[in-house]
Amino acid sequence: MITQPALAGYALQLGDDALVMAQRLGEWVSRAPELEEDVALANIALDLLGQARALLAYAGEMEGHGRTEDDLAYFRDEREFTNLQIAELACGDFGEAIARQLAFSGYQFELYQRLQDSRDETLAAVAAKAVKEVAYHRDHATQWTLRLGDGTEESHRRMQAGLTRVWPYTDEMFRTDPLGQALAADGRAVDAAELRPAWAEYVTAVLREATLTWPETAAAPGGGRQGLHTEQLGHLLAEMQYLARCHPGARW
Amino acid sequence: MSRDWPLWEVFVRSRRGLSHIHAGSVHAPDAQMALRNARDLYTRRQEGVSIWVVSSSAITASSPDEKDPFFAPAADKAYRHPTFYDIPSEVQTL
Repeated sequence: MITQPALAGYALQLGDDALVMAQRLGEWVSRAPELEEDVALANIALDLLGQARALLAYAGEMEGHGRTEDDLAYFRDEREFTNLQIAELACGDFGEAIARQLAFSGYQFELYQRLQDSRDETLAAVAAKAVKEVAYHRDHATQWTLRLGDGTEESHRRMQAGLTRVWPYTDEMFRTDPLGQALAADGRAVDAAELRPAWAEYVTAVLREATLTWPETAAAPGGGRQGLHTEQLGHLLAEMQYLARCHPGARW
Repeated sequence: MSRDWPLWEVFVRSRRGLSHIHAGSVHAPDAQMALRNARDLYTRRQEGVSIWVVSSSAITASSPDEKDPFFAPAADKAYRHPTFYDIPSEVQTL
């Protein structure tokens, strides 16, 4: 069937977003401001990992070459990853990490909410489960944005700096991708460009309440969906894939 | 002000009809965040349908030094225990 390779590619895009983001959030364990926040971020990471597993497994199935979710996660190179660049950014500062969470979980929320109605049963089921998880991720980011933005002078400064660092990468989330567009016309996917107004409305309201300003930054070149990435993805993959490649077939 | 976040006591109700039971405590900057941290720590395996958080500083506790005057007098008052009638076996969670 003609749509199978397209579905594989689309599931891979969304799966890579979730997988790379999960790996980034996992890095916060033991480094967050308090133990409770380690757990909160790790919980979000595990939700995303669950989404990634379902989507990568489906991508492998639709691709039809017998690749499993693990083959796709551990044995592809940087140029074969199709995640958005915002997911791979290394955020060493809590303000930056929360700014990225707000932008990214807001995007995922709008996406999954619409993808629940996909004609593709698997994508619809993944989205229906994920949208509840992502609603919590977005709330978590919102709560922190309000507290950091409207907190102390220092927390406000760092939250605003985090937004400025992350914002150039938000444009890519809403670029129409040929794959998504073709499948959207068929009622199976969501055209990313449709998500922008609702996303911007939500984020604008949060930033206003948090006394923060919408950063006027130029959009980054992007290209993650075509396998073009920042330098930071290679480092992330090296850590994530090291064990599986050194000890192929290793099991717990 | 202390560098650490304040402590909150967490009470979880496992299902409708039961009371909230003390589950443990969490650190959080304020009550709303305490609710979220409690959700992440104490309801990961569907343990709850409702959570209360209370600032630990708002709790007044009995002192171990007063153990005798507080609790010992109840020891020899067997008539306070409901042992003089049978509880129907259909009654759950009493």
